[in-house]
Amino acid sequence: MFAKQLTVFIENRTGRLSEVLNVLKENNINILSLSLADTTEYGLLRLMVDNAPLGKEKLSENGFSSLLSNVSIIKIPHKAGSLQELLKVIDDNGVNIEYMYGLSIESTDAYVVLKASNADKVDAILTENNIETISCDTLSKM
Amino acid sequence: MIWNETKECMSRDEMHNLQSKRLIKLVDYVYHNVEFYRKKMQAVGLLPCDIKAIEDITKLPFTTKDDLRDNYPFGLFAVPNSEIVRIHASSGTTGKATVVGYTRRDIEIWSECVARCFTMAGVSKDDIIQVAYGYGLFTGGLGAHNGAEKIGATVVPMSTGNSKKLTTMMVDFGATAIACTPSYLLHISEVLAEEGLLDKIKLKNAICGAEPWTDQMRLEIEKRLNIRAFDIYGLSEIMGPGVACDCKFHKGLHVCEDHFYPEVLDTKTLIPVADGVLGELAFTTLTKEGIPLIRYRTKDLTSIDHSACECGRTSARISKFKGRSDDMLIIRGVNVFPSQIEAALCELDEVTPHYMMIVDRVNNLDTLEIQVELNPNYYTDEVRVLESLTKKIAHTIQQALGINAKIKIVEPQTLVRSQGKAVHVIDNRKLI
Ligand SMILES: [Zn+2]
Repeated sequence: MFAKQLTVFIENRTGRLSEVLNVLKENNINILSLSLADTTEYGLLRLMVDNAPLGKEKLSENGFSSLLSNVSIIKIPHKAGSLQELLKVIDDNGVNIEYMYGLSIESTDAYVVLKASNADKVDAILTENNIETISCDTLSKM
Repeated sequence: MIWNETKECMSRDEMHNLQSKRLIKLVDYVYHNVEFYRKKMQAVGLLPCDIKAIEDITKLPFTTKDDLRDNYPFGLFAVPNSEIVRIHASSGTTGKATVVGYTRRDIEIWSECVARCFTMAGVSKDDIIQVAYGYGLFTGGLGAHNGAEKIGATVVPMSTGNSKKLTTMMVDFGATAIACTPSYLLHISEVLAEEGLLDKIKLKNAICGAEPWTDQMRLEIEKRLNIRAFDIYGLSEIMGPGVACDCKFHKGLHVCEDHFYPEVLDTKTLIPVADGVLGELAFTTLTKEGIPLIRYRTKDLTSIDHSACECGRTSARISKFKGRSDDMLIIRGVNVFPSQIEAALCELDEVTPHYMMIVDRVNNLDTLEIQVELNPNYYTDEVRVLESLTKKIAHTIQQALGINAKIKIVEPQTLVRSQGKAVHVIDNRKLI
């Protein structure tokens, strides 16, 4: 199962991140998690929100370029070594991970967002190994 | 010292007669050897015998850079390739280069002109001169080289790109002169200062050209290096460096008028203006065999002064350039037209055709930043993709213009879209 991630390109200028967040707030879009990949010139703000298509539309209206992409939200046990075990499964199948970031942590489980060079293959690998993935909807109702 | 007193100090009457004689011969020559000029003259009902003196030059058609491009590569050559001994080329407004060819005699005259200029700048056979212009298709390196050799100076063909080697050899060889761009020389002065070599050099004179610079910049160079600096001018279409140079009085650049006839034209009417009035510079190559050009419009804005100079030379002097009548930029000695950037970007699907060029001078070297917007179809969530895209754009620009640019991707709709003539260039260079 895939989840839709919203990615926003922002230049490294004072206040730009805040402007993006303001657009989301004005439209009552809730942020579930985020990660910022930054270079000296620009940043890629990756967001898990409760309504990604609406977020894209509103950001575009406000002059921001954004992209919806398929990522996996993977449930792993909240204990030492579980992330490493997950990566081992993916590595063993020869898939490259582009990036990942942590999401929410509950008492027994944790969630990570993962984007691989081949999203479909990762999805198949996860299913084969009985590793649970969830949707944004499920996530936003937690 | 004057290299060729007969030619450089002749009376205005004698010069007038010589120019008239040479123009008559030139017009006859191009009419019979260059179809382009024959057709242009026939179109206005002009015969070679209608040209009787230099004043009649205004009856003749102009030549533009477009004409050179349209006749790429050899269409305007007046001799078969068996007579051409060398080719040079410079970048034009499109991907196509402007190509020029030289006969053996052309090369000799070019060397003569550079020898006059370098002598004007105080260079003699006793000098060791480092030529730090690029050697290759660009006329700077080989042009300066041949002229310095003709004088009998000891020529060190440094070319460009290795400042450390240049400063080391400047000290070790005891170089007394250097030929390079003014911005590069400022950079060299900083390298020398950093290495603590400023008091170990024997440099006396610098001949700088290939990019516009001010008197203030000259004074700064002279102060930093404790030398005298001179401005040499030229363009490959006409010959290369050596078309004109300033003497120690720095009151305009003496034109080698017996070979290159200068006209300053009103930018609207294209009628020659009086001495002291700003206009577009045009040249007629009075003696060139390979690719003779008539009334070639340089787009450089200048004024002309025909009065005698304190140095004893009588040749006309053109003022330092006051700009261009087109949008050409000179960045690190390379001619850059914004339209070239636009054309290069249009080849790439990943970006929109909107762009902004930001030109600056950092540590005395020109920098070029090109800002582009991503095509929405190529938005990405991976930094790696953006990084490889900026590399790809930089490579495309390098291939098209021969210049390294820093590429900056900006947010959509941030680059100015203006009605009519868009502003695509911010030039922050202060010529000191
Ligand atoms: Zn003079």
